[in-house]
Amino acid sequence: MNLAGTFVTTHDMSLRDGMHPKRHQITIEQMKSIAQGLDAAGVPLIEVTHGDGLGGASVNYGFPAATDEQYLRAVIPLMKRARVSALLLPGIGTVDHLRMAADCGVTTIRVATHCTEADVSEQHINLGRKMGLDTVGFLMMAHMIAPELLLQQALLMESYGANCIYATDSAGYMLPDDVTARIGLLRDKLKPETEIGFHGHHNLSMGVANSIAAVAAGARRIDCACGGMGAGAGNTPLEVFIAVCNRMGIETGVDIFKVSDVAEDLVTPILDFPVRIDRNSLTLGYAGVYSSFLLFAKRAEAKYGVSAREILLELGRRKMVGGQEDMIEDTAITMARERGILPHAA
Amino acid sequence: MKKIKCAIIGPGNIGTDLLYKLRRSTLLEPVWMVGVDPASEGLARAKELDLKTTSRGVDGLVPYVKADGVQIAFDATSAYVHKENSDKLTGLGVMMIDLTPAAIGPYCVPPINLKQHAGKREMNVNMVTCGGQATIPMVYAVSRIQKVRYAEIVATVASKSVGPGTRKNIDEFTRTTAGAVASIGGADEGKAIIVINPAEPPLIMRDTIHCLTADEPQQKEIEASVHKMIAEVQKYVPGYRLKNGPVFDGTRVTIWVEVEGLGDFLPKYAGNLDIMTASATRTAEMFAEEILAGRLPLEAAAA
Repeated sequence: MNLAGTFVTTHDMSLRDGMHPKRHQITIEQMKSIAQGLDAAGVPLIEVTHGDGLGGASVNYGFPAATDEQYLRAVIPLMKRARVSALLLPGIGTVDHLRMAADCGVTTIRVATHCTEADVSEQHINLGRKMGLDTVGFLMMAHMIAPELLLQQALLMESYGANCIYATDSAGYMLPDDVTARIGLLRDKLKPETEIGFHGHHNLSMGVANSIAAVAAGARRIDCACGGMGAGAGNTPLEVFIAVCNRMGIETGVDIFKVSDVAEDLVTPILDFPVRIDRNSLTLGYAGVYSSFLLFAKRAEAKYGVSAREILLELGRRKMVGGQEDMIEDTAITMARERGILPHAA
Repeated sequence: MKKIKCAIIGPGNIGTDLLYKLRRSTLLEPVWMVGVDPASEGLARAKELDLKTTSRGVDGLVPYVKADGVQIAFDATSAYVHKENSDKLTGLGVMMIDLTPAAIGPYCVPPINLKQHAGKREMNVNMVTCGGQATIPMVYAVSRIQKVRYAEIVATVASKSVGPGTRKNIDEFTRTTAGAVASIGGADEGKAIIVINPAEPPLIMRDTIHCLTADEPQQKEIEASVHKMIAEVQKYVPGYRLKNGPVFDGTRVTIWVEVEGLGDFLPKYAGNLDIMTASATRTAEMFAEEILAGRLPLEAAAA
């Protein structure tokens, strides 16, 4: 595959998806130093918010160390070249959050829905576009439906005004052929001026391979996380992706050594545990479960005595989608009761 | 026994389900179905059930309000047209029960404040949202025991049960529900999250209620209060069930419920829609009792 000379925009996730393994506790100072490091390394786009997007601060997903607005106002003025994006999940955040983020100076708004529910994004995508923002439609858990069905949803988001559409492998379940089929069809059928993006998780160690497959199929924006941060086993590790791009002649504008220094010197030291493939994050990728469920399942295991793996498998069987973190403790309690570990309640 | 005559505005899924429930009521009699599309299946269905129908909107009903003795109207259309509908009918002394998110009247969650509204002669009450009806009773069950400084609800509904109106303006759901979780539920601050799940077969509506109490939760009292409230809601939504909890974790109190509908016109999994039509019916019945007992003379409101 000859992709030499292709330019790909890398979008760093360490300060948004990377909030998940940090239980949303990254401090403002840590955000500032990592963002400045990424900016100096030439990373063009950096996402900053609660792990579950604008308005994610909650009992259900976790209260962050600072508000979205505090993070954005701290980071954005420090950026020399990099632009900053925010994620918004309709049903969690609202257009009020979008307006706030725009006021803070984000240039990109990414509106995320489950892959079959694109029509809840109309008001947010409309507004983002109307405000002149780079407006991205982000179709999560894209492994759950066939490429043709994903295309229908992508067309909806495009019709609302999104200028870029993502196929998002939230569970880290896809294999390169799955990526090729989805990205290829989107590239083929969406308007030529609509950009295509791919967001991977490394749960089956496919982050880089899937991202390269996406580029080969026509994606020009790739989400990565410096130091391999991110929910589950992390996103596509940014420094590894850059190294592979360099070897293949794909242009990113990112300095491989600088960015790997950021990973080693700034990101790794703040981790609470190594973000890697262990039996639980492997289960996410193997069974197709939303990556952010990982820590919740581990906490439920500790509290209710049912293994995180079994809880995750059950959530997968019940076809839980992103945002249903509330069902993890519920499922663990029900499983514990069925096994006689908990006395019968309710 | 004399029944109070009702009109339903909006012959869609909600309006039709409401019609089925009203036909069972011993206090209410549905007499008019109002739509805007002459080809509407809902209007045809209502006609078969011997209701008068019009496809000219509320204007088609107005000339018949007095002669047909319509005293209560349900609006199951959209927030955009509700105010106009309401002004036209309350001006004739018809009480409005608003199932749209317009919320120009006070919120009504039957087991919490229905009696209060009946006493105040409100001419327009709003049924909040499906998520609100399903969760606010639980917030209240905690807040009537002790101070709740923050309440958050997560409503998960089957994709097939979420109509285009809600999808186009999902923010209205989160805003309205969050506001009522605080003001009617009795929390200092409220937050609402909605998740739409496309699983097949469709999942039954699930709701999770998290409360953060100001002080250490009084576990026994809260448990008893929650069970009592579940029984109250079951009086009009028999499929309202406590699935798990209350779980106590520091000052967090979490309750998980499931809402299965009656399956009148809507499928049983759509408990989110059923709890709206059931709450609206319950509300109207309470007003009907007051009207029939002569305690609630309906007067024309200034439009």
